[in-house]
Amino acid sequence: MIEFVRNVRLWFAPEQVREEGRTPDYRFSLANERTFLAWLRTALALIGGGFAVDQFLPDLRWGWRVGLALALLAAGVLCSLRAVNHWMRCERAMRRGEDLPASRFPALLGVLVAVVALAMAVVVLVGWEG
Amino acid sequence: MSEAARPVRDPGLQPERTRLAWRRTTLASTVAAVLAVKAALHGGVSVSGILACALCCGLWLAFLLLAHRRIHALSAAAIPAALSPRHATAAVLCAVATAVCAAALVVV
Repeated sequence: MIEFVRNVRLWFAPEQVREEGRTPDYRFSLANERTFLAWLRTALALIGGGFAVDQFLPDLRWGWRVGLALALLAAGVLCSLRAVNHWMRCERAMRRGEDLPASRFPALLGVLVAVVALAMAVVVLVGWEG
Repeated sequence: MSEAARPVRDPGLQPERTRLAWRRTTLASTVAAVLAVKAALHGGVSVSGILACALCCGLWLAFLLLAHRRIHALSAAAIPAALSPRHATAAVLCAVATAVCAAALVVV
């Protein structure tokens, strides 16, 4: 958590990042940037999914609909914040010549999406019966 | 143009791929913005709805501008500079603000 707060400060202080280590091959930086953008797209897709649940499932009970939508939106926010944090950590690791940081986040996000998908399946089936 | 005058081209087309990644991300943000406008104007026009709609459109325009500037920077130089943390953070904040706007629309 403290590491995260320190990283947040770095987001707004590019000079500090540039001072560390050596500038890596620009192609590595661009690959890191594309990974960041892929995560940002994932976050935007989750946010779009939140809008879609709210819009296109009007027959759902209010609690379920809002709960699912908010879960997707929260996942989107988490995903985008993590995207910039991970990008920063990779950039610094490359400058220092360290190994790239490992992350549990992809597995967590995968499990969360699976749970939400199962919940949707249950909701659709139950909704049809009722 | 002679061979010497032309900048060395990366055979892996890294700047081009990065540019296209920005375009794809812009497309994703456009989809989110369209869904946001639909959600905001759903069920009649209200002051709060129009406000949320304008906010989401503004965020989309901000992201468009960020992507445009980065794409321009990527195509301007043969060896483009790395993405700045401020630029990345601004792009992420656009997404976060859209999500907050969405949460407000969903709950209200």
